[in-house]
Amino acid sequence: MMKNGITRRDFLKSSSLVIAATALHGELVLFNVSPAKAESTTTFKPHAFVEVAMDDTVTVWLGQTNLGQGTHTGISMIIAEELDADWQKVRAKMALAAEVFKNPHANAQFTGGSTSIRSRWDLLRGSGAAARQMLIAAAAKEWGIDAKKCRTEKSRVLNPDGRHLTYGQLVSKARELPVPQNPPLKEAKDYRIIGTARDRLDIPDKVEGKTIYGMDVVVPNMCIAVVARPPRFGATPVSYDTNAAMAVKGVLKVVPLEDKVAVCADTTYAALQGREKLNIQWTTGSHPELNDESLDKLFQASLEKPGAVAESTGDTENAFAEAAVKIEGSYKLPFISHAQLEPINCTAHVEKDRCRLWVPTQGQTWSQMAAAKTSGLPAEKVEVMTTYVGGGFGLRVTADPVVDAVSLSMAMDRPVKVMWTREDDFANDYFRPGSVSTIKAGLDKDGRLVAWSHKVASPSIMSGLMPEQVKNGIDGSSLHGIPDMVYTLPNRHIEYVMMDLPISVGFWRSVGYTINTFAIETFMDELAHAAKKDPVEFRLDHMEKGSRPYRTLSLLAEKADWGGKVPAGRSRGIAVGSCFGSSAAHMAEVSVDRKTGKVKVHKVACAIDCGPAVYPDAITAQMEGGLVMALSVAFHEKIHFSKGGVKTANFDEYPLLTMSGVPEVEVYISNSVHKIGGVGEPGIPTVAPAVANAIFKATGVRLKELPFKRDLLIKG
Amino acid sequence: MISLHVNGKKRKVDAAPDTPLLWVLRDNLGITSVKYTCGIAECGVCTVLIDDEAVRSCSISVDEAQKSKIITIEGLPEDHPVKIAWIEKQVPQCGYCQPGIMLQTVDFLKRQPNPTEEQVDEALDNVLCRCGSHPRIKKAVQMAADLTKK
Ligand code: FES
Ligand code: FES
Repeated sequence: MMKNGITRRDFLKSSSLVIAATALHGELVLFNVSPAKAESTTTFKPHAFVEVAMDDTVTVWLGQTNLGQGTHTGISMIIAEELDADWQKVRAKMALAAEVFKNPHANAQFTGGSTSIRSRWDLLRGSGAAARQMLIAAAAKEWGIDAKKCRTEKSRVLNPDGRHLTYGQLVSKARELPVPQNPPLKEAKDYRIIGTARDRLDIPDKVEGKTIYGMDVVVPNMCIAVVARPPRFGATPVSYDTNAAMAVKGVLKVVPLEDKVAVCADTTYAALQGREKLNIQWTTGSHPELNDESLDKLFQASLEKPGAVAESTGDTENAFAEAAVKIEGSYKLPFISHAQLEPINCTAHVEKDRCRLWVPTQGQTWSQMAAAKTSGLPAEKVEVMTTYVGGGFGLRVTADPVVDAVSLSMAMDRPVKVMWTREDDFANDYFRPGSVSTIKAGLDKDGRLVAWSHKVASPSIMSGLMPEQVKNGIDGSSLHGIPDMVYTLPNRHIEYVMMDLPISVGFWRSVGYTINTFAIETFMDELAHAAKKDPVEFRLDHMEKGSRPYRTLSLLAEKADWGGKVPAGRSRGIAVGSCFGSSAAHMAEVSVDRKTGKVKVHKVACAIDCGPAVYPDAITAQMEGGLVMALSVAFHEKIHFSKGGVKTANFDEYPLLTMSGVPEVEVYISNSVHKIGGVGEPGIPTVAPAVANAIFKATGVRLKELPFKRDLLIKG
Repeated sequence: MISLHVNGKKRKVDAAPDTPLLWVLRDNLGITSVKYTCGIAECGVCTVLIDDEAVRSCSISVDEAQKSKIITIEGLPEDHPVKIAWIEKQVPQCGYCQPGIMLQTVDFLKRQPNPTEEQVDEALDNVLCRCGSHPRIKKAVQMAADLTKK
């Protein structure tokens, strides 16, 4: 890895985070409450997550980052449900990073992998239920009756004789009681908050403009820093004009940082102007010949190399040789950016024996470790305050700005906010990796899939960010969705060619699934066509009957009336997939203007099965947002490279999908009793293939590259 | 000294006249609802109303804004139809883009109180929202239009 890669690698190495498709085992562990008890004498806080005040206010303390995904409200709903709290009295507050907020299945506090709720489902319910049981016990003791006789409702314990005590009135009694370790949980049929329509708790402030994002943090006596970073891979500064920068009014100091140069100033504008005035000359860098064309060639050449075998079941070669119909497809996806609207930033204040961070992070633990390492302070002396976040999508698990902010706070001996400009953001993103792949498959004479051979070449995310996750040349995230595809096949062979490029790559909403599902699901459509079968029927025929994806695709086909009458001039395409514990399917309805090649997506219907639907409106919002993002990727997004660096600099060169390209959306949530799954990511991967399949239906043209090339659709 | 008229109040600031209005609002006046994303008039998150017209504050100097009335999201009443509709339709996800889009909507609805769906698409086709709140924005704009008429 390039640039800050080494530092990044170190932070991440010591964590045992396992992302994505790893099975999560649920075990309820309630934490020791004594430290929490000592914090205050006026509240009842049986667990780090929940605090009841004498005025009946219930505060839910959160360790999960608010990215706008609705998790803060969803988590509060779960706790309020088991606590039987009055929803009107529930508040959600972000807590300082702490041990108790670590993912129960990984040694880190982070918000990613669509895990916020699914990996805490038991824990959250348990903490609410334990608190409720203690409040009941306190009331029963007060009344001298058996606790079993008491009921709860809307933050009150009810005595069968008609009397009641509010939770606030029970605070001082309840706090003296032991925390039950295995409180009984409610049955789903008794839920009155989970699964209902609730207004998101953070929306009023967002509408009023009151929400404080990382960029908005103001700490007394702070200064603002912008950092000039290498414009090309491996470049370092040769010369720069410190005096010219210092001559800008408001500039306080020019601070060299390894291969970067920082300008600290009183105001943002002064810092920006100072950076300009540095007029840095950089070395050519390590890969001056790298550009879009050379990358294309590297990808193609890599695909021709033998890969590491990730899986080989049955006898794929033989089955393919004997197949009645043989089909091959090649797929090509570009590097793309997170393009979250709030640029990367961090505010840090390093003092003699403590370091404070105010940071819009998805990875508290890694921010803390980065600050500890940079400042030389022990990790427990680093306080991480997570701000609201203006979009994350997986990028903000990395800790680059933390390192700069901590270094600069030490250099300036005062609080420093480091902010990136949009240009910094595009140039230093951890892109979704570019990826090429080929699939070869064979059908027998009855149109059944008998062989599937799949090869992927791409740079590896894990080798840069979590090298311990790479085994025998295989980065599982590069192959997401292939070994765990939703189809059961007798003969399957999967290979991976890991590419070594200087380009930083990272987690981008649904990671490898969004890449490989495009290939698999457009290819499945091609196979269905070859087998002369209906695309839904063909897919269902190759799935385990009754499995989650089977049910999800069936639900979509039924709700969206697949096979029904299609509006004149429109064509439909469909795709299904599973990731992060959930299944999703999309059906797109498009029309194509063959003169211009312009595609109009009229409508997209989506079905999601994430098990119990805790907060349905947030699930709908995630599906809608995921759809828009995925359409944007399908039609527009591609990072360009030239002269050994990132060429794309700002949104004028990286257009996103805008209002007129956003279709009508229908979302169907299957509120199933099955294991709870993730929501943030599963809505992405099946969008692009559903649209590509609809375009095929309309034109007979198979699009195998993203973003879609319009000229391929022009006829005549 | 530069004098500005922001949300009904006169404010004096010490800033270079060529400073983009965006940075003066944020750094000097602490009005952080006005956001930064692109700095080149491509995204709309920095939008404010200047004499009732939506303007991208990253691309106008503080000097140019001196004689005008500037309104940011804080300057709209809490019961403004756009605010009510944005809450009712549960529009924001991360929320970063929303104040700018809401202010552009205020400007648009003033000129076009009965917009068709196509007109909404067109009027808001130059703003960015990475979270994809567009389907809800479309509904909220129509709702705000209806509320305004009442
Ligand atoms: S920051 Fe002004 S338009 Fe993007
Ligand atoms: S709500 Fe996040 S960018 Fe629009």
